[in-house]
Amino acid sequence: MNVIVCVKQIPDPAVPGALDGSTNTLKRDGKLILDDSDAYGVEMALQLVDKAGGGEVSLVSMAPNSETSGLRTALAMGAAKGVLVSDPALQGSDALTTAKVLAAAVQRLGGADLIIAATESSDGYTGTVPEQMAEVLGLPSVTFAKKVSVENGALKVDRQTEAGYDEVTCPLPALISVTAGVVEPRYPSFKGIMAAKSKPVEEVKASDLGVTPVGWEGAGQKITSVTQAEARQAGEVIEDDGETFGKIVEFLENLKVI
Amino acid sequence: MALNNIWVFAQLANGAPTSATLELLSKARSLSSNVVAFLGADGGNAAAALGEFGATKVYATGDLGGALPGVAVSGAMKAVIDGGETPDLIMFPQNYEGRDVMARLSVKLDKTVITNNVDIADSGNGVTVTTPIFGGNTLVNTTFTGAAPFLAAFRPKSFAVEPAGGAAAAVTSVSVPDSGAAKVTAVHVEETSGPKLDEADIVVSGGRGLGEASNYGLIEELSKLLKGAPGASRAIVDAGWVPYSFQVGQTGKVVKPNVYIAVGISGATQHMVGMKGSKNIIAINKDKEAPIFGVADLGIVGDALKVVPKLIEALKGR
Repeated sequence: MNVIVCVKQIPDPAVPGALDGSTNTLKRDGKLILDDSDAYGVEMALQLVDKAGGGEVSLVSMAPNSETSGLRTALAMGAAKGVLVSDPALQGSDALTTAKVLAAAVQRLGGADLIIAATESSDGYTGTVPEQMAEVLGLPSVTFAKKVSVENGALKVDRQTEAGYDEVTCPLPALISVTAGVVEPRYPSFKGIMAAKSKPVEEVKASDLGVTPVGWEGAGQKITSVTQAEARQAGEVIEDDGETFGKIVEFLENLKVI
Repeated sequence: MALNNIWVFAQLANGAPTSATLELLSKARSLSSNVVAFLGADGGNAAAALGEFGATKVYATGDLGGALPGVAVSGAMKAVIDGGETPDLIMFPQNYEGRDVMARLSVKLDKTVITNNVDIADSGNGVTVTTPIFGGNTLVNTTFTGAAPFLAAFRPKSFAVEPAGGAAAAVTSVSVPDSGAAKVTAVHVEETSGPKLDEADIVVSGGRGLGEASNYGLIEELSKLLKGAPGASRAIVDAGWVPYSFQVGQTGKVVKPNVYIAVGISGATQHMVGMKGSKNIIAINKDKEAPIFGVADLGIVGDALKVVPKLIEALKGR
């Protein structure tokens, strides 16, 4: 079984985000790391391939400045190879263009039995790319998968819903988006980290994939202004001395909710 | 441009329109006099309620028979558009089904999408949506520049539900060209007793600061005493302490209760987005630097496992 995982390399979430003053898009020029949300997909892919008893896990990613550090993390976990799309002309691409690019990268790898993505990235969180990719590739899809197995050549998925979850079956090839917590991502071993350095990552441009970059405005949207939201004022903060529960009771009494 | 025709991707729960559907219909009706509720279900029984809250027409696919709406409803929408209908704007709720239908449709129509919005305005020169970023501290206004239809998804509770007083909307059946290969074989509901999380007047949420899964019982007990609903941070949902349906945050439920009590929750952006709109916020957390104290009206720096049991005793004694 061959699986392709879409991985995003994002600015470190521990560092406060900032907007580029000229384009009003998120600054992504610093060091990028593997989006935590994608580690679950990589782990899921490795487990499924392992269970199938053969095949490999490949990666596709789109990032500026030939960035591969996040890809190397996923390779160190056990993925075999990757395709990186890095092209200044793709800067400011909307979700639809991103989906077209990643779908073309999947095709460059010759497709797969299963394509896995996170439900949304931790930096842009548009949340539509996986399902858009499925449509571009003409594949069935199951989004928000929280439990995944392959039985008799078909996917069995527990899919999150507003009220709980649905059991869904889906033939392969297919695309799924997986939620955080679906599996426990492994830590790359030292051996894995060393091996990842020599694993192949092919870098391509949009033109190599036959996708025409349209940029932000060509996509049909333009950021017209950025404003600060009305900040919520912090109230009283007190250290617990064993009696502060009384403060909470008083607060609730004043609101007449008790 | 004027918004002459707005579509809303409408959803039902137990046969009635969801609150997210009524919110979008209310807003759509304030922007246009032609509002279509597009249902991936049987429309007959909901036509009165959909009309009451702003829909002037209902397009219904009929029961999807276990098909996922992503492929089925986007295909039905595309077929109606190919048939000559010209929606200027298609509004989706920011939830699982809304995202899937919108994503599939955007490829079929080759149109951009803008998600996570909390507002929309039509200035006459352009349609602009507002999206909060960086945990809601910054608002980005984005104007659609291409040709209609515009595709936009809105977070729950972005708009007030206001009856438009319309008559039952006429229901037109639309066909589903492709129901897709994925099929739902069983449905599981993880509802709790008591008020629903996104409708409760008081919400008590627990996080990592509770230490271990068994301590979540304190959250349930406190919320029950206050006749509220228990919630959770993503961290403890991911850890498997409570079902996903308890999650408050960007990828969970958006709540705006009268009182929100955050217990052992540090206040990651992911969580804050889902609860910052609460009228009153109480936070209990060990770390006095935790971001949650930046939005709390009353903050207690302390061990939740010491403060909450005493609070429960005090409330029981009343």
